[in-house]
Amino acid sequence: NKVPPTNSTNEEKIFYSACLVNCGSRCPLKVHVKNDIITKISSEDGINDAVFGQHQIRPCLRGRAVRWRTYDPERLKYPMLRIGKRGEGKFKRISWDEAINLLSEKLKYTINNYGNEAIYYQYGTGTTGANISGRNACKRFLSTIGGHLNYHGDYSSGQITAMQPFIYGNAKASLLDQIKHSDLVVMFGHNIAETRMSGGGQVNEMFNALAQSKARVIIIDPRRSESVVGFNAEWMPIIPGTDAALVAGIIYALLEKDRIDEAMLTKYCIGWNAETLPDEAPLFSDYKSYILGLGDDGIPKTPEWASKKTGIAADQIRKLALDIVNAKAAWISQGWGPQRWQNGEHTTRAIMILPIITGQFGKQGTNIGTWGESITYPVPGLNMVNPIKTSIPFFLWTKAIEEPLSMTAQNSYIKGKDKLDVGIKFLWSYASNVIGNQHSDLNRTHQILQDESKCEFILVWDTHMTASAKYADLLLPDVSSVESNDLINNSYASGAYHYVIRMQRAIKPLWENRPAYDVLTELSEKMGVKDKFTEGRSQDDWIAYSYEKMRKLDPNLPSFADTDGMGVVDRKLANSDAHIGLKAFRDDPIKNRLNTPSGKIEIYSEALVQIAEQWEFDEGDILYPIPAYLPAIEGSEDTQKRQKYPLQLIGFHIKGHCHSSYSNLPQLKEAVASSIWINPLDAEVRQIKHGQLVEVYNDRGRLYIPAKVTPRILPGIIAIPQGLWAKTNAAGIDIGGCINRLTSLRPSVLAKSNPQHTNLVEMKPLTVTPAAS
Amino acid sequence: MIKMQYGFYINSAKCTGCKTCQVSCKDEKDNALGINFRRVYEYGGGSWQQVDGCWQNDTFVYYLSVSCNHCQEPTCVQGCPTGAMHKRQEDGLVVVNQDICIGCRYCEMRCPYGAPHYDHQKRVMSKCDGCYERVSQGLKPVCVESCPQRALDFDEIGKLRELYGQECDIAPLPSSELTKPSIVIKPHPQAKVTAESFGSILNPEEV
Repeated sequence: NKVPPTNSTNEEKIFYSACLVNCGSRCPLKVHVKNDIITKISSEDGINDAVFGQHQIRPCLRGRAVRWRTYDPERLKYPMLRIGKRGEGKFKRISWDEAINLLSEKLKYTINNYGNEAIYYQYGTGTTGANISGRNACKRFLSTIGGHLNYHGDYSSGQITAMQPFIYGNAKASLLDQIKHSDLVVMFGHNIAETRMSGGGQVNEMFNALAQSKARVIIIDPRRSESVVGFNAEWMPIIPGTDAALVAGIIYALLEKDRIDEAMLTKYCIGWNAETLPDEAPLFSDYKSYILGLGDDGIPKTPEWASKKTGIAADQIRKLALDIVNAKAAWISQGWGPQRWQNGEHTTRAIMILPIITGQFGKQGTNIGTWGESITYPVPGLNMVNPIKTSIPFFLWTKAIEEPLSMTAQNSYIKGKDKLDVGIKFLWSYASNVIGNQHSDLNRTHQILQDESKCEFILVWDTHMTASAKYADLLLPDVSSVESNDLINNSYASGAYHYVIRMQRAIKPLWENRPAYDVLTELSEKMGVKDKFTEGRSQDDWIAYSYEKMRKLDPNLPSFADTDGMGVVDRKLANSDAHIGLKAFRDDPIKNRLNTPSGKIEIYSEALVQIAEQWEFDEGDILYPIPAYLPAIEGSEDTQKRQKYPLQLIGFHIKGHCHSSYSNLPQLKEAVASSIWINPLDAEVRQIKHGQLVEVYNDRGRLYIPAKVTPRILPGIIAIPQGLWAKTNAAGIDIGGCINRLTSLRPSVLAKSNPQHTNLVEMKPLTVTPAAS
Repeated sequence: MIKMQYGFYINSAKCTGCKTCQVSCKDEKDNALGINFRRVYEYGGGSWQQVDGCWQNDTFVYYLSVSCNHCQEPTCVQGCPTGAMHKRQEDGLVVVNQDICIGCRYCEMRCPYGAPHYDHQKRVMSKCDGCYERVSQGLKPVCVESCPQRALDFDEIGKLRELYGQECDIAPLPSSELTKPSIVIKPHPQAKVTAESFGSILNPEEV
């Protein structure tokens, strides 16, 4: 292992690194170094900041905080072995030799006794974008020793990802840049200014597009979000979980005014009306019949009906309906908050069909009701195919520990097999704060992890002592992004702007920390798979090798040697006119059939009818063939539960941290207070003052957090920024304010996904400040 | 005699309140917790009423990023007993000379914008110096160059006023008559002027 060329002199030198968290965008960073110590962070230069597509990729406050994150006292410094109870956070220091030996033994033991399907690679996004190092290296290693149990879906977008193919196959959304052609923008729970706030990302693209079109923006959200502020949008506060009712009310309003183009819908859709309903479908099971009240429930979905569900006045719903159909080009999109819901699959598809029924799709300035596309710069890496094909929904790993043999394709959405044959015995958790922080119902999860006869071994490999790291049996310290070399792309949500960055180590690895690839190389030698794992390459060799592969496809790229010190090696701006969702289909639906069973947009889905017949659901779960509004269990209409827990609690993404990354830094906590949003009316009846510590609770748990008393949230709704670091006191109360002390493990109907915004709770003020445990 | 005067342009209409300006400044100046040369005010208000079972509201919110306004009549300078707080003749930037400052904090009490901050470690005052060293090299202050929204600018104040107008009396700022700040604000469409008191600072703990 040769010592990397960092800067030990007193003269400032600049290295290019990047912020590798899961915000979806990717910011290169200039890391200023003197005497091997980072002195500050700044942004790359861009080519010409005045020209969109050549502009500087300016990191947000998080990227600017990398110096503090690197030297944070909570960094892991050497390998450690658990000595206390699991989750207690008591460890002893061990050597790398001991750690690698133990890992090798545990892997061999697990494979010999249970097979490779007992090894689960946990979902985790703490180093999203790391290409050669990190997650990809870990997965490659596991593939070389026979593979691991897979997951499908993710905590961000589980419901929408599972549902979208049933509506219009693999159709892609438009780029947000298309808003330059729109005269109206309607966003459901879409909060680009907080969730895509990177200076290279979609917030920039949207500002740029709005500057051209001056489109009117309407944002439907229980919170007056930073997007409402930044885009000067009209705010339409909605009761969470009722978006499908709003869509139904809009469609009814259009039927009232005879503003639906029946011929157009017949051409492009099935299931809109009786005429386009599949032969096998029962009479009146089409969406139009549902809207008019001719279906099972017999209720016309009038704007007055929708108003009662959504909290939005009927006349506003009628006006919104007409605004959409009267627009020359209405952009309709949704964030992932509305779908992160107990029955979010229905919410998300209702929003997806709104642009269809209003004809606002497949043309300039329109979208398909989903987020908005992003172009990823293709960068080769070291991926290897996992020999194991069995996959569980990302959210059911606790079930796969606790009662794996009960899990089947029909009751738990297992893929690649009819049922699980073995539970998770070895949990590999790399750069992941899921197990003790981002998963639901942390108290229940804690119990499940206590039984060491079930999950026998937990490896946590990370940079910081997170709440999840405390659950490790073996805890390994990783290098941070500024201590690492890599070749990375612009990630998955930076929009039309896409680029490739050469990351070069700015400082030597701190303490005893080692690059994961080097550790895995040693481990692979112990397990007799070194040649297969490395193919004779070091991490730096892989970077050069991947670059040359890329350069073969694009000979205009500079030579690898010339990319030394370059940072952003290449950048491109996609022409958004070539990326308009459903355009080819709109232009010629016969020639450009969708890959749905009918080849058309499926408002009524026979495939979903089949699943509804074949699968076994939890009590109360309904999978409907059309995008009906269904009241959620523990939602706004759960009157029985609301007697005890009257407030609807949702989570949201806050500016100061990205999921749980960065949320421990005092400099960012100071800039962005992590507090629970509550309307002054709800605060007043509970005698809660701004800044006061409150207790929030339900049957699953309790937490303390300061209150932000603000008119920016709908009465009856409270909101906690997700990603705060969980920390329980002696009484079991989360004094870190982690929302997942209160969220539920009950999976959604189709995706078996996380319902983390569906929570009923109560809150009360605290009079004394609690002592930390 | 001031030879020229630099100032800030603040486009509040585009500000998403992300705080990158505040944090990049803190990194550049290596400031301790509690010392924020730039602060982002969240100003808003409005109320909620139930009408026919639905909640109606007339709420408004906007952000205003403020550091030192390098005033034409800086009250901090006028009140400084040692001359440590001074206005640079060459560029009009208001800077504290920490070698002379005795840390009496009178400037802090006088400034209506909360610009001077007491450095508890050095026991002297500290404040935004307009990044004059960067400016002398032809760069803009760090806050300006870090803003992902390009909602800040810095230049000779006459040029900024020519480009963006004269507005600087936006709530929650005090009347510009007090110190004649070298700033130009593009108000958010929902902005309230200084004299009106419809709203309040919604993030007192962050500023």
